[in-house]
Amino acid sequence: MIKTTVLADTTGESVEGIQLLLPAFYDLLFGGISFVLLLVLFWKYALPRAQQVLEKRTDAIQGGIARAQQQEQEASQLLRQYREQLADARGEAARIRTQAQAERDELVNQARTDAQVVSEQVKQQATASLAAERGRVVTDLRKEVGDLALELAGKVLGESLKDDAKAKAVIDRFITDLEKSVGKN
Amino acid sequence: MGAILNSDQANVIAASSSEDGFSPPSIIEFFPPKLFEFGPDFLGQPMFAMTRINIIMLIMTTFLLVFFFTALRKPQLVPSGIQNLGEVFLDFVRVQISEEVLGHHAKRFNLLLTTMFFMIFAFNITGILPLMHIAASSVVAVPLILGLTSYFVFNYAGVKQHGLKGYLQMNLFPPGVPLPLYLLVTPIEAVSTFIFRPATLTIRLVANMIAGHMLLVLFYGGANYMLLVSDSFLLKPLGAFSYVAGFAFTLFEILVAFLQAYIFTLLTAVYISGAVSEEH
Repeated sequence: MIKTTVLADTTGESVEGIQLLLPAFYDLLFGGISFVLLLVLFWKYALPRAQQVLEKRTDAIQGGIARAQQQEQEASQLLRQYREQLADARGEAARIRTQAQAERDELVNQARTDAQVVSEQVKQQATASLAAERGRVVTDLRKEVGDLALELAGKVLGESLKDDAKAKAVIDRFITDLEKSVGKN
Repeated sequence: MGAILNSDQANVIAASSSEDGFSPPSIIEFFPPKLFEFGPDFLGQPMFAMTRINIIMLIMTTFLLVFFFTALRKPQLVPSGIQNLGEVFLDFVRVQISEEVLGHHAKRFNLLLTTMFFMIFAFNITGILPLMHIAASSVVAVPLILGLTSYFVFNYAGVKQHGLKGYLQMNLFPPGVPLPLYLLVTPIEAVSTFIFRPATLTIRLVANMIAGHMLLVLFYGGANYMLLVSDSFLLKPLGAFSYVAGFAFTLFEILVAFLQAYIFTLLTAVYISGAVSEEH
């Protein structure tokens, strides 16, 4: 039964093997309709749209790359700017520090000079007041010594020489000579 | 095999050709009953009729229309889901077949190749789809339409590229052949290029689909008979094997459905490429 080429199909018609290669009109018709419909689908719809989206995607990717490159450029430019600013700032800081140091030195020197001046003044004043004091002390002492010498001489001579200007002058000269001899020693 | 059959099995096999026994698949499968017909008969056929295979054709065409319409309705830059799928399929034909074979001619012929590929694949795959169970391309009309289209397109492209004289000369009198050999070469080339190409395209596809369907019907039909109809327990393991083999061949048929669509489209591209190529 398998080997026979004439078979009965379900409607009772007979089918020969060669008919497998002979197209039926209705199959041609529906196959043709399908083919044309699909051709139109791909021609008018699917392929143009796929192509469109492909191009858009290419654009987007290329645009993205261009944008990224631009941003990278901007970023590197910004970085350069920042670095320059940083270098400037460092220079500025160094300059300010140097200036500050100079100013500090100047201030210190000024203060030192001022202090020296003041100390000099104080010393001079002290010396002056010391000298004045000494002068006064010497005068007092001279007067005292004179009085004592007069008193002593008076006691020795038995008379008062207190108001005698001549005697006073003699005594003064004596004391001055004494001072001189003391100063020489 | 006869040696290992016991009498029981031999009886069963003998019974299989009887009226209520196992009936093997036959080519009747490819001539399903006409659902309706009208018009006068022409060449022994009605002018217009329709079978379930024609309905399968229309269903698959509608499916492709709906699929690609949905996939590319609002194409996004970043594709997802069905759009991704649609683009992957379209790109496959464009890159792997059109551009691969045709190079800078690809744009002109991509439409035809894409249509061919998807139509053949969709019509092939119905061979394993539930409820359909027969390839829409297992009736010769479908491969024939595509084979003739391929034939006309590659010849038209060749004539357009080289002129009729140049194209015929290129195909029938390939250069570099010793003069007397043209007696042999020219008839061979004429037959192979202008007759065999569309015929082999058509027959390769239809024969693959017929054979695949026969195999599946044989294995599943056999499994059904041996497991459910036959009373012989000895046939049960064989029935199970038949079922497993049927399943394996179902998977194989998926591969064949794709492969035949690919081969048909690729060969068409190769024929077009040969027709439009500058060298020769």
